Amino acid sequence: MIPAVVVFLYLGVVLTIGLFAGRASARKRDAEDYFLAGRSLGPAVFLLSLFGANMTAFSILGASGHAFANGIVTYGLMASSSALIIPLSLFVVGTRLWALGKRHGFITPVQMFRDRWECGHIGTVIFAVQAVLLVPYIVIAVIGGGTTLRAVSGGLVPFWLGGAIVSMVVMAYVFFGGMRGTAWVNAFQTVLFLSFGTIAVAVIAAGMGGFRQAIEAMLAAPSTAPLLTRERVSPWYFFSYTFIPLSSIAFPHIGIFCLTARRLAHFRRTVVLYPICMLAIWLPSVFLGVIANRAVDVPAIAAKLEARTTLAAEGPALPSGRRDELRARAAGDDVILALVQGYAPLWLTALLGASVMAAVMASDSQILALSTMFTEDVVAFYLGARRARDALLVQTGRLFVVALTVVAYLIALSVPQSIFDIATQYAFAGYSALSPLLVAALFWKGSTRWGALAAAVWTAAAVLAVAVLQSVVPAPPPGAAVAVLTIGGVEVVTRAASGAQVLGLLPVVPMTLISALLMVMVSRWTPASRPGAATLARYF
Amino acid sequence: MAAVLMVAALYALHQDFWFWRAARPLVFGFLPIGLFYHAAYTLAIALLMWVLVRTHWPAHLDPAAHE
Repeated sequence: MIPAVVVFLYLGVVLTIGLFAGRASARKRDAEDYFLAGRSLGPAVFLLSLFGANMTAFSILGASGHAFANGIVTYGLMASSSALIIPLSLFVVGTRLWALGKRHGFITPVQMFRDRWECGHIGTVIFAVQAVLLVPYIVIAVIGGGTTLRAVSGGLVPFWLGGAIVSMVVMAYVFFGGMRGTAWVNAFQTVLFLSFGTIAVAVIAAGMGGFRQAIEAMLAAPSTAPLLTRERVSPWYFFSYTFIPLSSIAFPHIGIFCLTARRLAHFRRTVVLYPICMLAIWLPSVFLGVIANRAVDVPAIAAKLEARTTLAAEGPALPSGRRDELRARAAGDDVILALVQGYAPLWLTALLGASVMAAVMASDSQILALSTMFTEDVVAFYLGARRARDALLVQTGRLFVVALTVVAYLIALSVPQSIFDIATQYAFAGYSALSPLLVAALFWKGSTRWGALAAAVWTAAAVLAVAVLQSVVPAPPPGAAVAVLTIGGVEVVTRAASGAQVLGLLPVVPMTLISALLMVMVSRWTPASRPGAATLARYF
Repeated sequence: MAAVLMVAALYALHQDFWFWRAARPLVFGFLPIGLFYHAAYTLAIALLMWVLVRTHWPAHLDPAAHE
């Protein structure tokens, strides 16, 4: 019961922070203040909130779950590649976005695209693609909130009520606090993440009697020794993961966050400290996920290991329903919770509950981003500058926040989570495939709106195709791959247990490369659509 | 050009095939070498970012520079 009390206390704290932020901006209620915190965030809040907006439930739970099943490769696949690409994209793209936003008053990336390529409805298409890719994250957060509250309260708070409580809290501080409230809450949540990792490692190490023996035992066992190397992953597959972090800067909520810094200099500290924050959160998460393979005295983990052993020994012979059931039992998303419950005192379990809640509530910036985009890119654009006054835009944004929260909650109650797991898995690839739009807009004079449209439509079609393939072709047993498309004896598209692959690479690689190619080729075919000299002079 | 080369070199170093199949040595007695390499790699990125910020900062983008 104590963890549930701490989590409710935590929800009260974030609500207070959000409402306080709303009061802090009450004197100045224009759209720029509500959607961008008046472009006034200081260096510490900018770093912590930008980092927090990038961290989702995946960072703590998913990372350790992936490491539990796949070993140390998880860190190289997801953390060290992001630690390079994300700060680099903030350095190269984020600083330019900030400068253009400051100079021309842009609030969303689509406003910049419309101005840069002198287009209207093509901007709406880009908005639609971005919006559709963002919605699953918001639904997943509601599901995560309901599941976590149910777990930490020992079933006392049912899923529907937990989801409703979390949704209401997020909605309230986004509604009243806007970007300032969201940024302050994100900064607080990031501090919580950063403190949890180190404490958890120290306490669990003490509980397990040190990590040395556990690692030596893992190395001695043929089933666990490969988890301490990367021998089960091909170098090409490993390489293809470096394309995923390109999605970060193309996510609308990250692009919008780039516009909130008070000064360009705030990016300096952010790009230097970002990799260190990644290390502080991901290294403990991954290491604990790996070491959980030796925590056989924790019943919940022993059950997972048993399911994994059965799957490995009898997998191909089992009916697919039984295989899916075993796969679900062996899944490690809650392995860090089990570790903490097995070895840590109650107060740390409570702190973890709050950290998990912080992770699933990272949807706040996505809700605000979607509301900002809808208000600025659709309502303000189609109403026209004369009729779209600040007060109207802020009220529209707030109404959208409420409507979006209600819809996400209702969807979360009625649609299975697995559908959204698939959607979020490929939304990352979709945003990576949208990154050539930003690069072309900011760095290539020759790019045109038709090139941008081609890249956006390709992204939507490719995400849809991969998601359909993923759900229609059942996952084979681990280690096997089913050929879906073979050309000239070469297996071009395959379905492995971890998902669809193209020539052994993640789909994100061809999706991003083809998107960039379309941007270049279609722009070259449509030179007459290049913007006028006055527009280009504003950018180059 | 030097900045591009530095970034390209670090990007290439992510693909550390030399530690692909090795777990030993265990750094500090418990950290497999492949994981330690990538943790150190992350710190090297922070160092590279510090160098880039000091040597290639896009100061021309700052409106304060034009005032």
